[in-house]
Parts: sequence; C-alpha cells; structure tokens
Amino acid sequence: MKPKRAMERRQFLKGTLGAASLVALAGCDNMSQSSWFPSILSKTEKLTERVQRAVTPTNALAKEYGEADISKVFPANGNTDPGTEEYAEHVAKNYSEWSVDVVGLVQTPMSWSLAALKELPARTQITRHDCVEGWSAIGKWTGVPLGDLLHQVQPLPNAKFAVFHCADVDEDGIPYYESMALADCYHPQTILAYELNGTPLDIPHGAPLRLRFERQLGYKQAKYVMMIELVETLSGIAGGKGGYWEDDQGYEWYAGI
Amino acid sequence: MASLIHEGTETGQGRENEQVSELPMRSEPLPLETQSVSDGLIGNQSDASAAPSSSAPVVERVYRHRLPIRISHWLNVPFLIILIMSGLQIFNAHPALYWGDRSDRDQPLLSIRPMKTESGEMRGITTILGHKFDTTGILGYSDGRGRAFPAWATIPSAKVLAMGRQWHLFFAWLLVINGLFFTAYALISRHVTRDLAPTGKDLRGIGKAVKDHIVLRHPKGEEAKRYNVLQKLAYVVILFVVAPLIVLTGLTMSPTIDTAFPWLLTIFGGRQAARTIHFIACFSFVGFIVIHVLQVILTGFFNNIRSMVTGWFLVKHEHEGASHEA
Repeated sequence: MKPKRAMERRQFLKGTLGAASLVALAGCDNMSQSSWFPSILSKTEKLTERVQRAVTPTNALAKEYGEADISKVFPANGNTDPGTEEYAEHVAKNYSEWSVDVVGLVQTPMSWSLAALKELPARTQITRHDCVEGWSAIGKWTGVPLGDLLHQVQPLPNAKFAVFHCADVDEDGIPYYESMALADCYHPQTILAYELNGTPLDIPHGAPLRLRFERQLGYKQAKYVMMIELVETLSGIAGGKGGYWEDDQGYEWYAGI
Repeated sequence: MASLIHEGTETGQGRENEQVSELPMRSEPLPLETQSVSDGLIGNQSDASAAPSSSAPVVERVYRHRLPIRISHWLNVPFLIILIMSGLQIFNAHPALYWGDRSDRDQPLLSIRPMKTESGEMRGITTILGHKFDTTGILGYSDGRGRAFPAWATIPSAKVLAMGRQWHLFFAWLLVINGLFFTAYALISRHVTRDLAPTGKDLRGIGKAVKDHIVLRHPKGEEAKRYNVLQKLAYVVILFVVAPLIVLTGLTMSPTIDTAFPWLLTIFGGRQAARTIHFIACFSFVGFIVIHVLQVILTGFFNNIRSMVTGWFLVKHEHEGASHEA
C-alpha cells in the first residue's frame, strides 16, 4: 500500500513540476508579448534612472584609459553605412558640405560646418564603449564638447531634451534618431566626435560626426549627426520613446545600465 | 500523517507572534502514533515501526522558520529563476566572456558559438580557455538555431535582448529589496548569529560532516534541530558572499555607476571581468539551488517543505541518547 502511494505521489509531483515549468515558460512568453506586462516591467526604468542620478555626481567623469588600453579592433554595430544617395554625395565631397544645425527651443538657432567645428576647442578622451549586447571596446575620441555649442545657442528654459537627428535610415526608410536629457549634454565628456584613435571617423563608426555620451550604453551614441533639436517633450517625435532603438525594439531610453 | 500536519499548521500560525518574541525555537514533544506517520515524514520509517513500545520514538515539533524568513525564501524562488533565465537571454546577445575592461574577441575566456563543419553541418562549440567542446543540442546550436543557451533556458524563449533586459532589471530590483529586507530581519532577529554563523565546534567537526554528506548520512534527533556546519557554510557563503557579489558585479556593468563608484572597476578587475564574475556567481547560484533542492528531497521532503511553509519542523527521537546510531 505505502510504496504504491509513494510512487503515485512521486509521479504526481514529477508531472506537476514538469507541467508547471512548461506553463510558467509559456506564461513568460505570453506576458512578454502582452502590452500590460512590459509596461509594468518598464516602471523600474524610471526608478533606476532616479537612483542612478541621485548617487552619481553631476560631473563625475567616466574612467579615462591610457593609449596602451585602446582596443585593436573597435567593433561597429547598428547601421554601418547610411546607404542613402544624399550621404554618398557627402562622402564623395569628403563631408565638405556637412553641417550640424542646433535648433528648436533655443534663443539663436545656429549651424556649424564640419570645418568650423574642428576650429573650436577640442577634447580628447580615451574611454570605454559599453554595448547593450555585453561587449566593451576602448577608443580615443576627439571632438567638440556639446556644452560649448549649447552655450552659444542658449537653450530656452523649457528645453528638457536634446534630440539627435541622423543621416542613416533603416531598411524601411525610418530615420535614426536618439535623445538625451539636456542636463547630460553639459557633461564634460559629452562631445560631438570627429576623430577615433587620431584619424577622422570612418563610415562604420559614424563619419563625419557622432555623439559620445560616456555614461550610457552604446546605442545612445548617435552616429552621422546632422541636426540637434532641443525639445520640451519627446512624445511628438517618431514613436515617442526618444530613440530609434527605443521605438523599434523596446530598449530603455535611460541606458545607464 | 494528515492529522499531525494539520495540527502543526494551525497551532503554528495561531501562536506565531508570541513565539517570535520570546521563544523562537519552541518545541513540543509529542508521542508518536506509529500508524499516523507516513513515509516521507522522517527518513527511517521501517525502524520506527519495528521499535518495541518501551523505547517508542518521540516526535518533537520545532518552530524552525519564522514568517518573514519564510516569505523572503519563497519570493526568492521565482525571482532567482527569472533572473537566471533572463540573464542567459542577455548573455546570448554576446555569448563570450573576458577578463579586464575590453572584450578582445580573439581572446575570450569562454565562448559558446555555432560553427559550420567542413561538411556544412552546424555544431555548437563551447570554448573554455582555448579548449573546444562539442555541445550541440544544448549550447551553441539547438533546435536548428545558432544560440548559446537553448530556448527552454531563456526568458523570453525567442532571442529578444530588449525584453530579456526588462525582465532582468525589474526582478533585479525585487531581489535586492528582498535581500535587504532579509538581511535586516536576519540581523535584528539574531537569525544570523544564532542559526547561520558556524561555531568553533561546528568548524572542528567539518571533516566528519563532509564524510557524513558523502555517504548521505543525515543528522537525526537533537542534531537535526540545527543546521549542520556544511549547511551553515553554504547559506552564509550564498547569502553574504555570492549574493552581494552578483549585485555589485551587475552594477559594475553599468557605465553610469562606474562614474559614481570607479573603485568597482578596480576591485573586480574591469567591466568585462565583472561580467565574467557575474556569470560565475550566477552558476554558483544554480549549483547551490540544485544541491539545496536535492538535500530537501533527501532529508525528508514533506517535513522540510512544511517547515518552510508553516514554520513547524518535526524531529524524531528514536532512542533517547542513542539517536545518532544508524
């Protein structure tokens, strides 16, 4: 009697555990595809942002490395060539007509040609690029501190975000863009870079101009930057989540971790 | 069995508060009615039934786990499973580990990748410190796809890094909050000093404990009322070494946290090293969970589960004074 009961119980337990784990797994997949569950999960993005901002001094610098630490190969991810005719023309003219416009909620909208940017005081930094996928690469970036440009255009008091409009489009023709909090634009290591490891940016790494924002993940480092627009809210722009990867894939806008 | 367990459940919950404040390890010896005890309750059932009535075994009820500890324990079950499986999803986005700050792709410590053989067949190859292993079907290539960990081990099952991160970062917060709650309670209630910290006597008996574990001889009677030395060490290491390590190495992977606390990069040997330690700590958790569940099953599954659900644990004293002889 007893051994039989024990066996039945064991069978029952095994069956229950097996079934429960299958249901749980399928449940996780269903919840991932629902609209309500990811919106609960994403609540922690705000919490993470608040806590990280609270514990991080405004001007705390990302670690800067030595020349010996530079990666031999700096991988290029995402779009590695904008592929549009317009961009191809810029490449053909060696970006001589490339300019970056700073517009939106500013006193004086301004435009800088690449040559003009290169005449401004530059900053060089050897920093670590952390991809959301998990890898890291170290490179030496040279460019103009974004704060210097903003001081010239004078943001209006209601400007909260800087939106970076880029030259690349995806296979469906959707243009790439990114955004960051205006406060982060004034961080000393936030630069519009035009050189990597002492040579002008190549196409895979964002020629001729890309953002370096060293305190967040790689997908925030917009390449092929053409226009910077200061706005009060991100909701009216493209998918409204503040960036191409945020709209398209559900990556966090706050990419501090 | 049913009547005994139900009695324990009811009294256990009714008396909880008063017990916690004064006598956390209160015990109530009960005479054992042989018929009412079923298998699974206590390991050695046949001996007990055969025992003569003059030395009838006595079952003592011990209030072993207090409510906050029980809640915290069971919350950890879904939290850890979800964190491990969503963590494997994140790992799959770049299935290689390195030391230092950079990930030099020609020098991984470990990589799990699909590879094509000369005949054009796909195999999953796991490379550890330069040694290659064919792990097709589980690691590197499974269900006709190249992926490091298989679909059944990741959340979500499909390759969706963004969603894996959302699960992971959400439950990471819950685990940290639960961990802080547990740590505060365990310190204030003296659970740490009284039940978890190994004593000098414990540590001197470590050789015997190892031998006993190898032959699966488990403590009985008085000895079963407290944690044995290996159990204490396992709990202390997982709670106060591996858990903080996994949180801190997780935070070291955050570029923002690295600017606020640059010493994290120094103590862990770089961001990629922190990622590697995070992975090792994860599999330390997996190893702990496997052994923990095995021990729960081997040392009286229903008694153990009941004690973590209701708090009440039954200890059988077979022959007073001779309970250790197997």
